[in-house]
Amino acid sequence: MSASLVHTQSWIQFDVSGLAEQFWNNTVDGLAQGGIYALIALGYTLVYGVLKLINFAHSEVFVVGAFATWITFYLLGFRSGATPDLSVIEIIGFLAIACIAAMAVSGATAVALERVAYRPLRNRNAPRLVFLITAIGASFAIQQTLKLIFGLNQQPQIRLLQPEPLFKIFGAQVTNIHVILFVAAVLLWFIADYFVNKTRLGRGIRAVAQDPDTATLMGVNKERVIIVTFLVGGLLAGAAAMFYMMRIPQGAIYNGGFLLGIKAFTAAVLGGIGNLRGALLGGFILGLVENYGQSLFGGEWKDIVAFVVLVIVLMFRPTGILGESLGKARV
Amino acid sequence: MTTIRDRWNNLSRPAQWAVLVPLVVLIFFLPDLNPPIIATTGTDFPTAMFDVARYALVAIGLNVVVGQAGLLDLGYVGFFAVGAYVAALFTSPDSTLHKIPYLWTLPIAMAITMVFGIILGTPTLRLRGDYLAIVTLGFGEIIRLLADNVDPLRGQIGFQAVGTVGGKPLFADATTWYRVVVLIIVGVLLLVGNLERSRVGRAWVAVREDEDVAEIMGVPTYKFKIWAFVIGAAIGGLSGALYAGKLGFVNNQSFDVVTSMLFLAAVVLGGAGNKVGVLLGAVVVAYLPLRFVQIAEYNYLIFGIALIILMIFRPQGLLGARQRLLARGRQAYHRLIGRGEQVSGESALSGDHGRVG
Amino acid sequence: MLAAAAALAMSACAARDEGGSSGENTASAAAPSQAANAANPAGDGKAVCSGVSLAYAGTINGASAALGQNILRGADLAVKQHNQANPNCQVTLKQFDTEGKPDKAPGIVTQVINTPDIIGVIGLPFSGESKAAGNLFNQAGLVTISPSATNPALADNGWKTFFRGMGNDAVQGPAAAKFLTGTLKANKVCVIEDDSDYGVGLASQVTQALGAKASCTDKVKTGQTDFSAVVNKISTESPDAVFYAGYYPEAGPFAQQLNDKGVTAKFVGPDGVKDAEFVKGAGSGANNAYFTCPCVPEDAFKDFTAAFKQTEGADPGTYSPEGYDVTTILLKGIDSGIKDRAALLNFVKTYNGQGLTKKFQWNDKGELSDTPVWSYRVENGKIVNNGQIS
Repeated sequence: MSASLVHTQSWIQFDVSGLAEQFWNNTVDGLAQGGIYALIALGYTLVYGVLKLINFAHSEVFVVGAFATWITFYLLGFRSGATPDLSVIEIIGFLAIACIAAMAVSGATAVALERVAYRPLRNRNAPRLVFLITAIGASFAIQQTLKLIFGLNQQPQIRLLQPEPLFKIFGAQVTNIHVILFVAAVLLWFIADYFVNKTRLGRGIRAVAQDPDTATLMGVNKERVIIVTFLVGGLLAGAAAMFYMMRIPQGAIYNGGFLLGIKAFTAAVLGGIGNLRGALLGGFILGLVENYGQSLFGGEWKDIVAFVVLVIVLMFRPTGILGESLGKARV
Repeated sequence: MTTIRDRWNNLSRPAQWAVLVPLVVLIFFLPDLNPPIIATTGTDFPTAMFDVARYALVAIGLNVVVGQAGLLDLGYVGFFAVGAYVAALFTSPDSTLHKIPYLWTLPIAMAITMVFGIILGTPTLRLRGDYLAIVTLGFGEIIRLLADNVDPLRGQIGFQAVGTVGGKPLFADATTWYRVVVLIIVGVLLLVGNLERSRVGRAWVAVREDEDVAEIMGVPTYKFKIWAFVIGAAIGGLSGALYAGKLGFVNNQSFDVVTSMLFLAAVVLGGAGNKVGVLLGAVVVAYLPLRFVQIAEYNYLIFGIALIILMIFRPQGLLGARQRLLARGRQAYHRLIGRGEQVSGESALSGDHGRVG
Repeated sequence: MLAAAAALAMSACAARDEGGSSGENTASAAAPSQAANAANPAGDGKAVCSGVSLAYAGTINGASAALGQNILRGADLAVKQHNQANPNCQVTLKQFDTEGKPDKAPGIVTQVINTPDIIGVIGLPFSGESKAAGNLFNQAGLVTISPSATNPALADNGWKTFFRGMGNDAVQGPAAAKFLTGTLKANKVCVIEDDSDYGVGLASQVTQALGAKASCTDKVKTGQTDFSAVVNKISTESPDAVFYAGYYPEAGPFAQQLNDKGVTAKFVGPDGVKDAEFVKGAGSGANNAYFTCPCVPEDAFKDFTAAFKQTEGADPGTYSPEGYDVTTILLKGIDSGIKDRAALLNFVKTYNGQGLTKKFQWNDKGELSDTPVWSYRVENGKIVNNGQIS
């Protein structure tokens, strides 16, 4: 065993045996959490790839989806307390409704953000820094509005699906929630990837990402592409919000998006910003590293490990692990 | 605003000083005057003025990095934190280090922050644009989290009695602190203004406008970028040390990402690249929430909306940046064309530089 | 007089009933009844005063605001009852929001100090902001009674104006250890702390008092929502109880995730966790939850609770009765004719009287002599009294 007897013994530990002991548990949890990061990171990476813009308000797009999920559950009649007894079909049905609601609300927020905050700036050819400040302003505005409407505290947790252990991998318990999150992340990523690579709209996105002026000359409607980019990012964030609420039902709080947003953005850059595969990879890596770091160094090193990994990766590979790609033709 | 700018530029230097000096004196005595509408009613006015002043100092420092040299730094609060912790570590009875008088910690804080600036800048300033932004964000967070985790830095427990001499704070009241900071701001403005007009400042403008071309033309861009970073760091550290001395209590809760964002907002709102503009920006960012502290619920909502609207209608900031490419520009322009420096119509960070849509 | 005796008898009966129906892990379960000689803010109704105010300084809209609002409401009730009964003495309660932040507190506190009609302060509720601003109160000679700042070191600063309305963590820590090992009969306890001043301090007290029984420890951060790694570690360690030193926003999801993982250990939290918000946030994880608190259960304070609900429109929460009690003391000072800060400071220093929650008498450091610690548990989604620990 690895526990320290007196907690003030040292502020950092190097608990290799603890890490080894919890390795598979951490892997399973890390992949589940990483899935959430990946879905949010996709939103950041798409917008950046097309517009070279860090959309700092994306974390608010996410948290709005979390509230939408909660409200949907509430309107469907569920309340805080014990998990209700539902059949699998019912659960899937209700979750699907919540997912659609969250995606719709998040998508709408993202598009509204683009229209109200970013488009006037683009029309005026504002410098990039200004977009950043507007994003910050929008982030504040949305957070505070949520705070005024819903109050300071977490919304009482409403949960439809109790985590049930399904099977074991090398001794680590894998629950249904783990599986759902992982599968959902990969599936949604796959759909996003297909959309960007195989559809006409997706080609338009890649064209605008590569060279907006030439794309316009070639007949691509740049404004439509931009709206679609924000919309897709928002839909993915909404879905991420619903799955996040499944895992952490207390997530509907006005500032619940902030830290997640920064971590997801870190994940996007880690994998290579502007690269969809990079977003997925970065998300999973971040989730894993966070959990391993906690076991190895102690619970309080969770966040810092993430940032240190980011800085190190960027030192040696400035464009992220998989590099930029949205704007580059791929073979 | 443009005509005021033109008229201002056409004034001779002594005439400009004749306007500025009374203005500075007015600012100096503002806490005593307690003007009716401006004075904050929900919180102490001299303390509020001090907060505005320290934001202004930070804004000048960040302006050197972001506005002058065009380096997107999202973790500037890290330097601020380092300065504050240096002051705390050397003066607080809670720390185990040897104690030194508080005023000595100011230059030491600047020196140590400069070292941090070099440590941070050397590996990262080779990165471009947004990557630099995210790395600096990461560094800012790393510093805050280190302060939380590393026991000697005492996390949220913090250091009490910072900057006190035998139990008494260095200056008894907030007004004196405020005046000290105002004097320091004037000094720093003069220094930075000198830099702007020198070779270093011109190199920064070149780096900001187009780094590749600057490199080709023989400007040692990397060296000057480090300079900008280090100078910005020093100013940030100084402000942090002053903050620690005034507040008397340092813990890691004041050094979060949101504060970095607010610093950046002050710079951009005021006009990145314009050292007087960023002072105005700092006033907006720091003063307004304190003025309206009674409506604390709506405070930040209004602030966020105000940021959005201000950026839409005035993206170059309150006072746009000016190209000061000649050392004695004013006289040169007067000789050449009979009137003052031409004001560049837009911010020096013009739209085409970073393609956004 | 007869009515008072009847009320006392009735409330004692109620307490005894409650004692009978509580679960197995109870010590002396009876909640204290409303003492007949508890100081009543209404006083004798004949007080005369003018132009004096009290102030509440602390979090109202900021982090963990529920804790601050509980106190504010208790204070507000006391002032309202006083003003209603004393038409010739109307005291105003002014509110100042520090957001619970140490860097906002000094500016706000200076404002309070510069308001001349404020002669007494209820606050600051959190330890961090008390550290940042306590010296200001000391220099101004403005008396402050904090009904919730539990950090023991605050009393060692030599502040003449600092008074605490309940026991500090050096009292709660050993009491919690006693509760864990004695009542809950835990032989192995995992102590988890967050990074707040309160959490770190309390965890260190509890760990010290538990000795070798605190066999595993770990740390989490404020704002954390995903506790998988810590939960996995606890699950492997399989303790009898988990003590979480921190606040309710993190404790809620943490307790739920422990429950999800199948950890059967009892979950024990201190006063920072004891809030209805925790129960809302923890879902089924709250079923196994207990709390320790230097606050006194208000179950048998029937009059107080009824008046609270009617006047404030909410249920009393953690430290509401304490807020009520300390405000009452300040009001008594005003009623006795005090108009200035120095006299009120002296009044509090020399005060000796019974409040709803306990006997109030302070030593020269501002610590109480009577510092009960109570335990609570969750029953049917509500926090109920589980007996006095010490």
